[in-house]
Order: sequence, then C-alpha cells, then structure tokens
Amino acid sequence: MQEIAGWGLDAAVAAGAAYADVRVAEERHRSITTKNGKLGTAADNDSRGVGIRVLLDGAWGFAASDDCTRASVEATARRAAMIARASALVRQKDVRLAPEPVHHAVWVAPCAIDPFSVSVDDNLELLFAVDAELRSVPGVTLAEAQMNFQWQHQLFLSSQGSRIEQTRVLSGAGFVALAFANGDIQKRSYPNSFGGQYQLKGYELIHELRLLENARRVGEEAVALHRAIQCPQWNGTLILDSSQLGLQIHESVGHPIELDRVLGTEANFAGMSFLTLDNLRKLRYGSNLVNVVADARIEHGPGLGTFAYDDEGVAAQRADIIRDGEFVNYISSRETAAEIGEPRSNGAMRAEGWNRLPLVRMTNISIVPGPTPLGLEDLIADTEDGVYLETNRSWSIDDKRFNFQFGTEIGWEIKRGKRTRMVKNPSYSGITTEFWNSMDAICSAEHWTLWGTPNCGKGQPQQTMGTGHGAAPARFRNVKIGTAYGGAKP
Amino acid sequence: MDARLDLAKAREWLRAAQSSAPAGASLEITAEENQAELTRFANNAIHQHVAESTLVLSVRAQFDQRTARASTHRLDATGILEVTDRAVRLTRSQAEDPELLPMAAPAGTSPTGVPSRYDEATAAITPTTRAEAVRAMVEVARERQLTAAGICATRQSRLGILNTHGVEAFHASTGAEFSVTMMAANSSGWAKGGGPAWHGLAPEAGARAAAEKACATADAIEVPAAPMTVILEPAAVLDLLGFLMWDFGALSVLDQRSFLSNRVGTKLFGDNVNIVDDVRHPLQTGAPFDGEGVPRQPVTLVENGWVRNLVYARQTAARAHAQPTGHGFPLPNEYGEGPVNLVFAGGATPVEAMIASTERGILVTRLWYIREVDPYQKILTGMTRDGTFLIENGRLSRGVRNFRFNQNMIALLNQIEALSPAVRASGEESMDMVVPALKVRDFNFTEVTRF
Repeated sequence: MQEIAGWGLDAAVAAGAAYADVRVAEERHRSITTKNGKLGTAADNDSRGVGIRVLLDGAWGFAASDDCTRASVEATARRAAMIARASALVRQKDVRLAPEPVHHAVWVAPCAIDPFSVSVDDNLELLFAVDAELRSVPGVTLAEAQMNFQWQHQLFLSSQGSRIEQTRVLSGAGFVALAFANGDIQKRSYPNSFGGQYQLKGYELIHELRLLENARRVGEEAVALHRAIQCPQWNGTLILDSSQLGLQIHESVGHPIELDRVLGTEANFAGMSFLTLDNLRKLRYGSNLVNVVADARIEHGPGLGTFAYDDEGVAAQRADIIRDGEFVNYISSRETAAEIGEPRSNGAMRAEGWNRLPLVRMTNISIVPGPTPLGLEDLIADTEDGVYLETNRSWSIDDKRFNFQFGTEIGWEIKRGKRTRMVKNPSYSGITTEFWNSMDAICSAEHWTLWGTPNCGKGQPQQTMGTGHGAAPARFRNVKIGTAYGGAKP
Repeated sequence: MDARLDLAKAREWLRAAQSSAPAGASLEITAEENQAELTRFANNAIHQHVAESTLVLSVRAQFDQRTARASTHRLDATGILEVTDRAVRLTRSQAEDPELLPMAAPAGTSPTGVPSRYDEATAAITPTTRAEAVRAMVEVARERQLTAAGICATRQSRLGILNTHGVEAFHASTGAEFSVTMMAANSSGWAKGGGPAWHGLAPEAGARAAAEKACATADAIEVPAAPMTVILEPAAVLDLLGFLMWDFGALSVLDQRSFLSNRVGTKLFGDNVNIVDDVRHPLQTGAPFDGEGVPRQPVTLVENGWVRNLVYARQTAARAHAQPTGHGFPLPNEYGEGPVNLVFAGGATPVEAMIASTERGILVTRLWYIREVDPYQKILTGMTRDGTFLIENGRLSRGVRNFRFNQNMIALLNQIEALSPAVRASGEESMDMVVPALKVRDFNFTEVTRF
C-alpha cells in the first residue's frame, strides 16, 4: 500500500499540485440474509483501489481507480490534476485549508472476535434459528434476518507529510417480521429498523444482541398490531425510545450542522440548512436538557462514526454541538472551517470508499444522557397522558431541515402513568427547534445506546455512510401526533 | 479513456474461473466496468470534480442445489482464482434449496428494436467540456443575480453476464446528466435532464428555466395545507411512481409485502392510467437483459386502470407457474425482480392548458424525501421543493411555501384529471422514467414548512 500511495503522491506533486492526498484502501464485506427459511443473499466482496485528491490552481480535482499498477496510479494522479485545472475555469476564490498538524499513526479499532474467522455455517445456523422462531408465531407471513461484516484497511498519505494507517471492523445484524392480514401489512424489527444494530465491533456484537432470545416477542408484536387501535391524531406528550431518538438526532441535528450544507455546496441535492452562520452561538436549539456532541473518538464508544483520523488526515475530536440548549458548533472540514474563520477542522471529512471524495459527514452525533437516574418505566410513570413510540418505520424532513415527520412501527398509549393499549401506525411531526425545545426529560446513562445508522446518503455521486447516534429515551410535550394518516385514507 | 472490458475479456475470465471450480459446478460471471466523471458546482463555482474508473468481477457458483456469490476488483490470474474459490466455499456453506433452478440457458426470444445506448462522443467528453457547460449555467445565474448549484456528469459503462450454460449477454452504454438549482434570496428553481448522450441535453436551457422559477416564486406566501388540485411536473410524478415499482415484482406479491397482494387482476386505478415496462422505448435506457442475462420482455402492468401483469424473474416464475419476463436481479437475492423501464402513457394536455383550466391549485416542480408511510394503503409522505406555485384563475400567480404531503397513491391514480404527453424525466428519488405531467384533484397536503 505504501508503494501505491507513494506513486500517486509523487505523480500528483509532479503534476503541479499545491496540495495532494492519497488514500489506498482494501475492504472486505460479507453479507448473509435469510428469508422464510431460505437463503436470501450470500455475498463475499472485496475491493481495493486508490483515490487521489489534488489542489491545483486554487481548485480541487479527484480521480480514483481500482487498477493499482504503477502506470495506472500515476495516470490517475495526472487525471486528478487535469480535472483540477478544469475546475479552476469556474471558480470564485482559491480554496484555503485550515491548518492541521502532520500525523504519523497506525490505528486499529478494537475488535474482540474477528467476524471473518466465524464460519458462514455458524452465521446461517443463528439466522435460520431466528427465522424459524419468528415463523413459529401464527400470523407472521414473512421473516427476514441478516448479518453484515466489513473489514476496512486504509493508508492515507498527504503532501504535507502525514502518514496514517487505520483498520476498522464493522458488524451489523437484525431481523424483521411482517404480518399481512385483512388488507393491512404490519411489521416489527429488532433491534432496530434498517437491518438492525451496527457498531464498530467484531462478532461479539452478534452475541450481545441476543437475536434469538427476542425473536418470539417481536413476531408476536407484529401480529398483535393487527388488533391494536389506530394511533389517534392529537397534540400531546410523546416519549421516544432511544433508537427513534437516534434517528431524530440524525435528521434534525446531524444534517443541519454539516457546514458544507450551511455554506451551500449541497444545495442541488441534499439541500441546505436552517442553521445559517448568524445562528452560531445564538440560537436556542432546544431546552436546557438538550446537550448534543459530535464525537469520533473511541472514548465515545464503538460507533459507526468512530475513527482515529478522518479522511483528510484530521485527528478525531469531540465537539459540543448543542450546550444546555444553545447551538455552539458545526461539523466541518479543513476547507469549510477556514471559510468561516475557525482555527481548525473538527474532523468530519469521510468518504464511502477509496473511489469517493471525502465530504463533511456525521461522525457520532449523540445526545448526552440525563444526569440523574431515570429509566423508561420511570418516565412513563411520570407521564399523565401521552404515547410511547418505538422503532422507526418512516422518516422525512424538508431540504433545510425544519419540518419533519416520522412514523414508528409500534406505540402504546400512556394513561395516568401506565402503558396501556397498543397503537398501530403511529406518527408525529413538527418543526425542528420547536420540537427540541419541548424536551422536558431524558433518561440517564444506563439507558443510553450508541445506535448505528448504516444508510446515510449524501453527495453527488451519492455516497452511503454509517453514522453513530447515542440516545436514551426522552419525553417531548405538545407534539403533533398521528398526522401521517390524517385524511390520507381512501 | 480506453475501455477495459469487452466480451472477449469476459469469456477469458469465465474460462479462468471454470478452471478452478469443482467438477459439476455451474458458474456465472458478471463483469461491470464504469468510467464516470462528475463536475459539481455551487455558489457559482466548481467545488467538486471527480472521476473514477472501476472494473468489478463477480462470480456466482452453483452446485448441489446451492448458490452464492463473491466479487473482486483484482483481475489478474490470482485474483480470479481467489474470487472463484471464495464463491465456491460460500456456496458449500449454504443450505440446499430444492427449488433452485439450474442457471439460465441462452434464451430464444430477445426483444427487438432496442436502440444503441452507447454514444462515442459522450464517452469522449472531457472535464473541460463539462466545466464550460457549468460556466454557461453560472452565467445565467449571474445575469439574473442568482446563485447556481448543480452537476454535469458523463459516464461510459460495460456490463457482461456469462455463464457455463452458454449465456453471453453484453451491453455497452453511455450516460449524461445535468441538474441545476437556482437560488434567489428566499426562493429557488430547479431543472434536470439526462439520457444516453451529452448532445441534446441543453443544460443552459435548463438553467434558464430554473432561474425563471426562482425569480417567479420570490417572497412566497403561506397557503394553509389542505387537499388541493395539483399539477405535478414530470419529475414529481417520476419520484412518486418510483415508490410503486417494487410492488410490481411478483415475488413481493408472493411474499405479501406488495400493495398489489390480492389486487392483481382488479380495477384499482382510473381509466386513464396505463403503465408498461419496456426497455425498447426510445426514451428509455439500460441493458436489454436482466441479472441472469435473460432478455427483458415488454410487460403491460396497468391497462385502463386494471392491474394486468407483474414482472417475473426465472425463479419466481417457476413458483408462480408463469413465464419469466427478464426482470430478475442478480442471484442470490431476497427481492426477486422489479420493472426498471417504466413508461406511463401520457395524454394530450400540455402543462400550460392544465394551468389554464385550474381555478385554484398548486404547481409542483419537484418533490423531496419521499418515504412510505403505509405499505398496503400505499401512503407516501414527502415535501415539495424548488419551485412551488399557487395557481389562481388559470395562471401561475406566485410562489408558496413548501408543503408536506401524505398521499394515498391508489387514490391519486384515481384522481387524475389530465395528462400531458409523456417525456423522459429525471428526479432524485428514483431512476429516470418516461412519464407525463399530471393534474390531480384533492392531493393531500398536510403541513407547511417555513420557506
């Protein structure tokens, strides 16, 4: 890898680059799914290639290739330089980069059990056991289970002298039960939708998830939803489980704080942000209980956004984003940080792979748990009248991140401090800052989970990125509930 | 750049893979080359500009009623042997599937009249050519004191699917695309176009149309959310229709997760709804074969509102006692098949005439962040974006703040009052299709956002 990266860096500098960085990466990905007692997917993919980013004539060029011969790598570097020259034909100002120390590092993420050392036979044995347990529940019409493992090894070299080698192992697993009856499809997922839970861990994650132990309950809930009442439409008190709160953070905090969106560079596709620069350190984003951090360090936990250095060689950091309800920070790159006068990037440039340009992406964007011991059942006991919702089913938010609507798979009414009737098709909607300002309770650290969102899309060409979101169950007041089905029935 | 993949190379790889596979094993290889370049601009300047060249070989092994797949970018002799070995080992680990069919054999019936989708001139487009196109769009923005953002992209691709039963399917294609958002102080407009060839895309004309919308929707007013008559421009229709595509896959109906479960053969939509899947259509793109190399057949999905047919992969067709239609995804997979060349038949009413016939309604340029709220009622939610107009007394009166909708798609397809001629449309939430603009009554807007 060192040799390949060196060829690329030397050729980029020789082509006139004022700055260049090279990422050489190898990846391996195993994906196994089952469906109703049969194999769904069985895939074992590997990938290797080089991506070269060049700053020349004040503008960027990027080229990538999976042909790692010396001639091809050098041609790829020259192509990146040629592209940068073309970019300079339509520029407003020269790109400037915030300073970053030179780093020499080798980092290997903690991984107790190498998932690729576990046989596919063992993977399938567990998945088929989960599948059988789900389908043993009368009324379950479709059972799907899956496991995903990724090994990523990347060498980063920059013309400023950094040399950073990182290895990460990511694992994910989960299952879903669908029940179709009487013109209605209901589903339950475990431990989360989007395929389950994903973390920067090895096979130990699969053991921790206790998939088989939860299968029957989840299957029974999918069937029970057919007997549940429709979620009523009203303005009231809402309690979210930690996984749904994690997605709420992702959509209504994580995306708006991306500094490239704020500065307009995502305007054509992903959109912009209501968090214009005049809001920095002035906007009351949420109630005093709302504290959100962006934290890519391993100390935060094994999240999908955990690393030692980002993909432009900036060291992982923790940054307060919302402090006691006040908006205090964006997530940034070296270029965007320089553009707003910040002294340093806070290290959020991430690329989907060697063939993609790094973009400002969420790392682990997490809400800080409450300081005093409080569990979900305590929170429900403290609520006179409301609903408790679990596990995302639909999610949508406008292109400046004001108006959102979420649906969840299941919910329960809360009456006089007790969880009562199950509700189906629950949803809620609102305006981002009004919603976060209505939060009046959040559970404590022992109820906080670092969720993985594996499917965050952004950029052109689009890139899919895994992000982390730590969250605990929380309560919100005077929320619009049930709007998704209001007037929408045939 | 020179092509890295041709049929001869794919044959060589299949032979190499076969040499290391166990006796009696069937093999299928899928080789895919992609040379793609994209110029991205924002704030009236190019800020990202990328190129990638990739060539991936995927090997599927099948024996003893088992199958699995492995892929690699390492295409020397060692890499091909290694990926074949991984596919074989993974296959050996699978459970037997008594219903697994043998690999596809060469098909007798191929669709005729599929036009070439490879354009030499597009394959030769340079970064400078795209930058000049961006410069022209940015000039339009400057003339109108607007800020432009968008992309210009070109690509060339090659796809080969070959197996040891004699299938040899190969397709070369090019593609070109532009997208532009024009932003004023408190409004925006958008346009997008795409197709197999760069020539004829007209990004500057798109920029002018987007600029006009940005200026015309300035200082948008808030109109209370309620069911209203809407005119959905083709990009908005496309993005909604894209959420119905997978429901027409026969496996999703057998799995009872399609909204068409128990509804195939029924009159579900209005008389004016006619949808086919047809790879031959001159405005369509894509390979004329599916993930197993089976030729795609034209399929009538909806005729005068009746749900007539589904699409079938070989495996699903065997289960359902139907004929495969050439719409299968690469095996093994859990989703079966889907139509990927949708053509929604248009009508004769231009958008201008739709507006003129509307006393009060909303014109929608584009939709955003569409998600499924209910899988069987087929309720979708999402937002309007980048050019939402109030129509009053038969004309566009002014911009309005963007709406959230929660719309039952079955109801929508029963409430179409007029259709424009169908065009090739590009959106952001689904693949390109051939669709008309639609005038629809009682479109269910439920909330209004802040801009």
